[in-house]
Amino acid sequence: MSAGLNHWLLPLILGSSLIPAVLIFCLAEDNSRLRTVLNLAGAVAKMLLVGVMIWGVFNEQIYETRWTFAPGMDLVLHADALSVLFVTLSTVLWLLTTVYAIGYLKKTAHRSRFFGFFCLCVTATVGLALAGNLFTFVVFYELLTLATYPLVAHKGTAEAIRGARIYLAYTLSGGLLLLVGAVWLRAIAGPLEFSQGGILGSIAGLDPDTLSWIFLLLIAGLGVKAALFPLHGWLPQAMVAPAPVSALLHAVAVVKAGAFGIVRVVYDVYGVEFAADLGVLLPLGVIAAVTIIYGSIKALGQDNLKKRLAYSTISQVSYIALGTAILGPSATVGGLVHLVHQGLMKITLFFAAGNYAETLGVHHISAMDGVGRRMPGTTLAFTIGALGMIGIPPVAGFISKWYLGIGAAEAGALFWVMPVLLASSVLNAGYFLPILYRAWFKPASADWASEEPHRGRFETQGMLLWPPVITAGLALMTGLFAGAPFSPLEWVQLIAVREYR
Amino acid sequence: MTNLLVWPVLLSLAAALGTLIAPSNAARIATVAAALSLWSVLLLLSAVIAEGPQWLILGGWPQGLGIALHADPLSALFLLMSAAVCLAATIFARRYVEHSRYRSQFWPLWLLLQTAIYALLLAADLFNIYVTLELLGLSAVTLSALGGSRAAVQAAVNYLILGLLGSLLFLAGIALIYGRYASLDLQLLARVVEPGPSLWVAMALMTAGLVLKSALFPLHFWLPAVHANAPAPVSAVLSALVVKVAFYLIMRLWLDLFNPAVMSTAADLFGVFGALAIVWGSWQAMFTARLKLLAAYSSIAQLGYLFLFLSLVLVMPEGEDRQLLLGALVLFALSHGFAKSALFLAAGTVQQYAGHDRIAELRGVAGQLPLTFFSLGLAGVALIGLPPSGSFLAKWQLLSTTLLAGQWYWVAVVVVGSLMACVYMFRVLSVAFGEEGVATQRIHSRREELPTLALAVTATLILGLGGVWVWRVLDVGAAGGLG
Repeated sequence: MSAGLNHWLLPLILGSSLIPAVLIFCLAEDNSRLRTVLNLAGAVAKMLLVGVMIWGVFNEQIYETRWTFAPGMDLVLHADALSVLFVTLSTVLWLLTTVYAIGYLKKTAHRSRFFGFFCLCVTATVGLALAGNLFTFVVFYELLTLATYPLVAHKGTAEAIRGARIYLAYTLSGGLLLLVGAVWLRAIAGPLEFSQGGILGSIAGLDPDTLSWIFLLLIAGLGVKAALFPLHGWLPQAMVAPAPVSALLHAVAVVKAGAFGIVRVVYDVYGVEFAADLGVLLPLGVIAAVTIIYGSIKALGQDNLKKRLAYSTISQVSYIALGTAILGPSATVGGLVHLVHQGLMKITLFFAAGNYAETLGVHHISAMDGVGRRMPGTTLAFTIGALGMIGIPPVAGFISKWYLGIGAAEAGALFWVMPVLLASSVLNAGYFLPILYRAWFKPASADWASEEPHRGRFETQGMLLWPPVITAGLALMTGLFAGAPFSPLEWVQLIAVREYR
Repeated sequence: MTNLLVWPVLLSLAAALGTLIAPSNAARIATVAAALSLWSVLLLLSAVIAEGPQWLILGGWPQGLGIALHADPLSALFLLMSAAVCLAATIFARRYVEHSRYRSQFWPLWLLLQTAIYALLLAADLFNIYVTLELLGLSAVTLSALGGSRAAVQAAVNYLILGLLGSLLFLAGIALIYGRYASLDLQLLARVVEPGPSLWVAMALMTAGLVLKSALFPLHFWLPAVHANAPAPVSAVLSALVVKVAFYLIMRLWLDLFNPAVMSTAADLFGVFGALAIVWGSWQAMFTARLKLLAAYSSIAQLGYLFLFLSLVLVMPEGEDRQLLLGALVLFALSHGFAKSALFLAAGTVQQYAGHDRIAELRGVAGQLPLTFFSLGLAGVALIGLPPSGSFLAKWQLLSTTLLAGQWYWVAVVVVGSLMACVYMFRVLSVAFGEEGVATQRIHSRREELPTLALAVTATLILGLGGVWVWRVLDVGAAGGLG
């Protein structure tokens, strides 16, 4: 492969969504054909470029691009196995969500603004994934906040603006905590290039107390986006966003950015073994466990479908933090693979929720009686996602929980992790199974009031139906074929080997 | 190539006269002059980078007697910002003042203001600085009163009186210096000044005069009314440049001239008042009802950051760290210059379009002025200090310095100040999402929003992505300088 491509591949991957963003901002509102072309061309181009990158990274090819912002502050894009995992997830889900959003927002206002910021949001997410040092990570972390704010506020109702304001208040404050932590660590420890196995352990003369305080700042900053208890308050409020936004926010963009940051800080800045020596992992694990239980309990009480899913996200994303906080390769595998699995399952659930709302006008669980017969495809996808969340084999979620359990056993933490996992699964079942029961087995209680007359051949528009069906299929397949080459599980095991060697 | 130094001043002055002679072509003359000034400043900057600091002594007098002009990397960077902001504001002003009553008075004064800014940044002796400072003050006062409303005139009168008071204090300081050292040339003085009561008194007087002009808390009280009531392009230049050149003089004097006599107490005072300015200015901006007033209060806060930077730079020992922080200071000043002028121009467009600038009633305007609100957003990013703006890099450096020194109170001030900036900026931006229509006052064209966008893009993208350039340029002069 030529040196030129190696140098330009990562900027091109960013550019494949940044350039469409700029062009879309310039488009007239009614030029929806060109907008669609730009959106899809960008998404497909990104997919191809990422394919090249996966192959390269698998063969231990090094992709790196640097740009000096200020003396000692380099923007570094670097592709390692972990970034590939997150980039691939973002790219695949971006393509599907774009298709979904085009269908969902048909004939509504301000679409140029929406898709422009949507592309920016993906650019920021991919930038986060490719960040090669903490400075770069902070830059994209803040950009992500800025790019998602207009998406949350998109509807322009008083409620949407209020939700967006709460979202901003949390994320910008979190961003500042992260900033202070990152600046502090940069000042005492140097450029902080991410490296497998961590960097701080090899630097002599650092005060452990200071490092613990910085860890607290970093995790608090990241925990806001990852919706760790008690920093999760924005997430249920941000539900006012349009369905595709919620789907992307919960599956990849925002929540995952926080979780991914926690993974980066623990593994590639502190180093998991060094962090365990510092004694900072146990508190992180406890917080994650509390969040898992808390989110599930709150989800039980919600009648609004999207709200229930939101609390479920709070709970499920903390599996990643939990896996990170337990020392040992199996726990690492469990946590990291959940980054992908939760993304696939949660985006399916949100797509389905959007379909119910858009096609039938159903927003509440109490109104879902009999939707399974009216919308079998959507409901089947929803069912697969929900079963996966509970952890029923062979859906992907089972794999995550299995490895988390083994990891806990290896680390001797089974006595407190196992109850958490079990309790969470019971609670998951408690808030998902009643929905499935209503959808499939109860008779439809009413005519679907706001049913769209022109739905075409299928139960709803094709552009709304296929994305959840595809993501549900992916969630099923990543579970069924978890042992196949290039499956998320295989890839994550590759990462774990590199982190602990 | 030393005659490059006269061009920015000469061009603006000639154009000011030209607009008096040919008032019907005034706008065109001003635009051409501003563009040529920017071009000459770019040439000057490249000469400074290539050959080091530039000198010119007018009229062939020996050094210390004639009018001397001088440009080093620091002044060249400030000149570049001034020329770029002036060009954008000039293009904006063409449409803004087109139908106003004060059209004929505007252009000569506008060019005189630019002349004063360039001359001040190039001045190499204290008397020259005093003269340009007066010229600057008078043209700024007159321009700020052009709106003609009662509030504007009242504010301008206060501005005039306080400006004159500031100049008098400055002049008294100069007199003391001249009495003691019999010279006003900055370079000569820098070699001979020594700490002592007379220098301290002179420092105190000159600094007090300049602090009044640069609106450092608690001497900021005149600023909001002036900046909020002047015509928008004037506000932009007042906030972005006029207060900042006064700050530039403080920096110049303290870093180059008073350096041997700097006491850490004095430096700390800058820091304390800077911090108070940050908190107080941001607090006012959070609750004010009008957009232009918000921008004015935000200026008070942003100037506070500059003084905080300065207080830290002053007590640092010579070396790489100090150079880093100095670069951050300059980058912050430049980012603010571009971002704040963009904010004021955007406010001007909103005001002309909606007929008012009451933030709470602007819902729906954004839909009709997407470009202006986009620029507002970009300017906001720079004012808050979020990436990828230049001020983000500067704040990173500021936090880094204070964290290493264990100065928690400054860290807290920066964090709180940034949060407050988020609050006041997003208060404006959240009105962008709404559907209620507004009665429009006039038809606008995309073209008049472009200068605003250009300024905002410079603050947020160009200075952010190219920030390292500022440090490199300053390093060229690290060896030379005035001393």
